[in-house]
Amino acid sequence: MTQPVLEVENLATHFFTRDGVVKAVDGVSFKVGAGEVLGIVGESGSGKSVTGFSIMGLIDPPGRVVSGSIRLAGEEIVARDDEAMRKVRGKHLAMIFQDPMMTLNPVLRIDTQMIEAVLAHDKVSEQAARERCIEALSMVGIPSPAERLVAYPHQFSGGMRQRVAIATALLHRPKLIIADEPTTALDVTIQSQILAEVQKLCAETGTAMVWITHDLSVVAGLADRIAVMYAGRIVEEGNVSQVLDVPRHPYTRGLIGSVPSANPLGARLKQIPGSTPSLGRLPKGCSFEPRCASASEACRAAKPDATDYPDGSRVACFNPYSLARAS
Amino acid sequence: MSASELVRVEGVSKRFTKSLDLAAKIANRFGAKNREVTVHAVDQVDLSISDGEVVALVGESGCGKSTLGRVVAGIHDASAGKVFWKGEDVSTHSDAARKDFVLGAQMIFQDPMSSLNPRIRAGEIVGEAARVHGMTDKAGQRDYVSSLFKRVGLDPDYVRRYPHQFSGGQRARIGIARALAVNPKLLICDESVAALDVSIQAQVLNLFMDLREDLGLAYLFISHDLGVVRHISDRILIMYLGRVIESGPTRAIFEDPIHPYTKALLDNVPKLEAKKRSFATIKGEIPSPINPPPGCHFHPRCPVAGPRCSREKPKETIVAGGRMAACHLLDGGVV
Repeated sequence: MTQPVLEVENLATHFFTRDGVVKAVDGVSFKVGAGEVLGIVGESGSGKSVTGFSIMGLIDPPGRVVSGSIRLAGEEIVARDDEAMRKVRGKHLAMIFQDPMMTLNPVLRIDTQMIEAVLAHDKVSEQAARERCIEALSMVGIPSPAERLVAYPHQFSGGMRQRVAIATALLHRPKLIIADEPTTALDVTIQSQILAEVQKLCAETGTAMVWITHDLSVVAGLADRIAVMYAGRIVEEGNVSQVLDVPRHPYTRGLIGSVPSANPLGARLKQIPGSTPSLGRLPKGCSFEPRCASASEACRAAKPDATDYPDGSRVACFNPYSLARAS
Repeated sequence: MSASELVRVEGVSKRFTKSLDLAAKIANRFGAKNREVTVHAVDQVDLSISDGEVVALVGESGCGKSTLGRVVAGIHDASAGKVFWKGEDVSTHSDAARKDFVLGAQMIFQDPMSSLNPRIRAGEIVGEAARVHGMTDKAGQRDYVSSLFKRVGLDPDYVRRYPHQFSGGQRARIGIARALAVNPKLLICDESVAALDVSIQAQVLNLFMDLREDLGLAYLFISHDLGVVRHISDRILIMYLGRVIESGPTRAIFEDPIHPYTKALLDNVPKLEAKKRSFATIKGEIPSPINPPPGCHFHPRCPVAGPRCSREKPKETIVAGGRMAACHLLDGGVV
């Protein structure tokens, strides 16, 4: 088997606040292979964004990666100092954020920002850098890229800005791109355009992708594998069709049941009772136990470990749904 | 007009004009050609909502759906056209009729954190309007608010809490309780579930459906989320750059969209059932409402557009089954 691009093992990122330790990410493991898209799905506060920031080495105090390992193409990057991490970030590892208006500098032209990103890692002439920027912009479907390169961010629409951010991430042909809710702020037709571009690029360049989102339907069409997070842990991971068609974890089932299109028209939606727990005060047992319909005594006593299934999925639950129970 | 009609707007337009500032006026004296910028947020729209009906307004950003919602709620006055409440023109309303309209059409906003005063306790947020308008008095307010809290699924012990002490889903419920406090007939929900997590969104949608059943409320449900809209609405209006381009019963529109834009919109929605699919795309971007394209606003992006589409505004054509679509294809072709 070829080496995965990204291997995350038992990652734990905690925030040490005045009110106590917030375990935003608490024992997360997954792998992403070349050209593969992993969708990380979860609700707010599930730790999906913090997982992405931890991989990028962008956790600021009071937060800290307290344990675990992150290997990029076999190389450990968790313990690296800032200087070494800067050599990786942007070169082998890139991130796309939700709001491109916040990540592009509004007073600098696009060319200034993109050429700077090229020159930060490669010793090339400015002319060569400019040509690479133009090439990247045309790859993401921006018409007349040479003219658009000298525009300011405010002269682009939301969808076009997000394309610029994706083009910037692609400049160095990174091994891995982490996309944190990149289409959430966009309209449906524009989101569809971006998803089509991303899908094409991953297939063409072999770039691995971690797509973080709260929207199950987006990753359903885009991802190869899905990891569902709840309260800092991955509760279920597997192929898209396994997770969405035969979910084993009660939370995954509840999440899918909450989506209107999964319910008969006009009927009451299957809702999960209660709300997401505060990460500072998690129960001793399974974090989902207070909202879970199939909770048992074992769930209150300890947190379940992930179990591997022959079909390649991993589920962290004491009482998982089996195929027989589902039907 | 049917007997149970609650609200109706006829040919309503809403324009926002940015007037010239002093510098621009002075510059004009010296021969500059600064002109006032007018945005046609809503352009000659007809809409009616009956008692107990759920009507959805769908469209992408800048299509004017929120503005139309605010006109229906009486927050904005229309620049042109008429708004009727229970069959009566609101511009000729007496004081009593005006009050019936303003209280009867209540709005629920997208972001409950920015629509709740952070320095007022939840009980007062919910009870204040009811007390002012005489639904209850100072002595009865506590019980009145408690019953509203129970109605929307909040613990009545929380009345003395401040908005920041609630979760996002609970804050949405406070916003709903505040609207219900004045016994409305119509709730205008402007992206009211868009900011909520999926599992919380399901809870709030269920609450909306329960309230409709128990209180016979009508809804104008403004949303960009077609999955949500399909689930709860009876009728849909689809807007593009200020105009309604298609309307009709929800089921019919989802099964057989007529307008090319509606078709594109439905194709572009991410679906749970679709695995590793190629995404259908529609070319181009939404044009600016300041300078909308001539003729049919959709023609620069339309896959079936012809020369007529850029010349002539399409007529609203009535189709069988209570449906309407504004497209030249229904009216003699695009050539």
